[in-house]
Amino acid sequence: MGGRLDVDHGLTPSTTIDRGPRKSGGALPFQALLWRLPWLRSTVLLLPPLAWFVIIYLASLALLLITAFWAIDEFTTKIVQVWNLDNFQTIVSDPIYRLIIGRTVLISVLVTITDAVLAFPFAYFMARVASRRTQTFLFAAVLLPLWASYLARVYAWILILNHDGVLNWGFRSIGLPSPNIGYTNVAMWLVFSYIWLPFMIVPVYGALERLPDSLLEAAADLGATRWRALRDVVLPLALPGVIAGSIFTFSLTLGDYITPTLIGGAGSSFLGNVIFNNIGVSNNLPFAAALAVVPIAVMGVYLFVAGKLGAFEAL
Amino acid sequence: MKRFDESGRLPRLAACAAAVVIAVTACGSSTTSSPTEQKPPTANMKPLDSIGTGEGALNLIDWPGYVDKTWTQPSTASFEQQTGCKLNVHDAQSSDEMVSLMANGGGGQWDMVSASGDADLRLIYGGDVRPVNVSLIPDYQNFDDYFKNPPYNTIDGVHYGVSLQWGPNTLLYNKTKFANPPTSWEVLYDQANSGLVTVYGYPIQIADAALYLSKKNPSLKITDPYELNQQQFDATVNLLKQQRPLIKKYWGAAADEISLFENGDVMVGNAWPYQTNQLVSDGKVQVADTIPQEGATGWGDTWMLATKAPHPNCAYQWLKWVSTPQVQAEQALSFGETPVNKLACAVMESHSPGSCKQYHADASSEYFSQIKFWKTPIAQCGNGSNNCVTYDKWVAAWTSITA
Repeated sequence: MGGRLDVDHGLTPSTTIDRGPRKSGGALPFQALLWRLPWLRSTVLLLPPLAWFVIIYLASLALLLITAFWAIDEFTTKIVQVWNLDNFQTIVSDPIYRLIIGRTVLISVLVTITDAVLAFPFAYFMARVASRRTQTFLFAAVLLPLWASYLARVYAWILILNHDGVLNWGFRSIGLPSPNIGYTNVAMWLVFSYIWLPFMIVPVYGALERLPDSLLEAAADLGATRWRALRDVVLPLALPGVIAGSIFTFSLTLGDYITPTLIGGAGSSFLGNVIFNNIGVSNNLPFAAALAVVPIAVMGVYLFVAGKLGAFEAL
Repeated sequence: MKRFDESGRLPRLAACAAAVVIAVTACGSSTTSSPTEQKPPTANMKPLDSIGTGEGALNLIDWPGYVDKTWTQPSTASFEQQTGCKLNVHDAQSSDEMVSLMANGGGGQWDMVSASGDADLRLIYGGDVRPVNVSLIPDYQNFDDYFKNPPYNTIDGVHYGVSLQWGPNTLLYNKTKFANPPTSWEVLYDQANSGLVTVYGYPIQIADAALYLSKKNPSLKITDPYELNQQQFDATVNLLKQQRPLIKKYWGAAADEISLFENGDVMVGNAWPYQTNQLVSDGKVQVADTIPQEGATGWGDTWMLATKAPHPNCAYQWLKWVSTPQVQAEQALSFGETPVNKLACAVMESHSPGSCKQYHADASSEYFSQIKFWKTPIAQCGNGSNNCVTYDKWVAAWTSITA
């Protein structure tokens, strides 16, 4: 990212013609200093965002990591500052946490795949087939749900999926048995896929929209069928967009705890629920902090792989 | 419409944003403390001798509905007018959240909390609440004897709060499904009801299973569902793990359970009288509740005074006000629970005939003996031994049961 900082190229002293000592009558000393020392100017400009980043973000992350190595007094739940690895040991050794981590990651992967499969044809149509008018309309249709509250949309799904809900009623009215998927992991997968779909469509659309027509024409000239062109030209060039979108859908699902609470049934706990319970129910901040390291690690691995696949070069 | 030429930039932002969200969980509360003391840390704090002038404000943590603006006889507005204490209220969703709120930030933001019995001992031994002088509360004399010094808020004769209301955790069932009313908690563990059951989604629910086991399996010798040795605890957790496949959903808020019953997702579960009252008045499904033959757990709520309460005089004004028969009756009727002030019964009858009996405000000692009130599980068992399973183990076990 560093390369983008030197936006002030044309104004640095090195490129001005008059390099001689200048006695500027009205300028304040500080302004003169800024003029002479371009690095100082950048520093002053960057200081507020940098301070925000370091103090608010990095410092709290560091505190989180430190807290993970502490413990609590079992009865009063006050934090005891004794360094130990017990929290991490519990996460690794207790099968229940492996189960929950596995479930969270698995559903995040399933949601990501589902959204990628749904988003690709939609984004392709939007970017390369639809007229300008239709495109505008489709964009509004994709983004409109984001205007409504997350909770309102999740509760709407409860009304659809519950025992006397629209889904069961619809199946019954055409003579099929009720699927009865309310309060199950299947319901969670469905709702997550719905909620995060726009976050996949937009980057995939971005990637497809920049695809030069000339490449497809060249493929056609060289005798490629439409399917061959899709496979060998469109898909590879759209892949960074899909991966960029998958970072959204994967990380958003990985960190969510509201949908599992509302849509999930017995045996639907996500990592976020266990973290929430450790803070809100047992007041065990150190263990919650240790658990919070897990999604950070998972996302770290994910971003590393995404980087290898070129998700960031296409930005 | 602007074309999304730069849409590719969005993911980078999002990746950073996701990381920020994760970082928010970091907290740095830090007080070192020794292991559990025998005596509560605030036991020697001297309570007020008399109520002075109000400080103009009162910060309360309550169960949703416990400080209700819609009350009319008398209203909370009239309390504010009479005392000059302006009410700032925070609704907590669980006992555990109450303990969290009181323990974090070093105290000092909150004056009082309407804690239930399962939170009380944690607050008392955590030093988050202080003794209260009950002689400053005139209506204390009219309380039912049990609630003058219940074991969950009174230790060695020191009162760490004033009892407020109580209620049982009842067995709620759909009358259409259960033509013969169930008489045992057995229905919650019966394979025949697979996928039709809901129970409370918090660790204290383990006590309900322990109570059932105390009758079902006498060889375990469970005498108090909150004082379980390792063997008794393991048997209880085992039972709850067998129950899990039967559970449609663990309920958290009362409203969740109401919609589960109304949508036909569940047919039976444990509940508060509040849910029964709401379901009956909605009339969408035919339900009834009962206290099964094994007895029931119950909750007793207490207004407790924070150790660093910034407005203690207003707090005592509040204690006086909520203990009066009028307010006790108003709250009982609006929430569907039972007042501790015996004089409230007559007021309830005058508002809504039959309500005193409906809410068991005239309960006999026989009724009381069926109810095991929530209290924090601690290492000290009632029988003098020190090997009972502590609450943090309950929480860990609950995670493994429900995960």
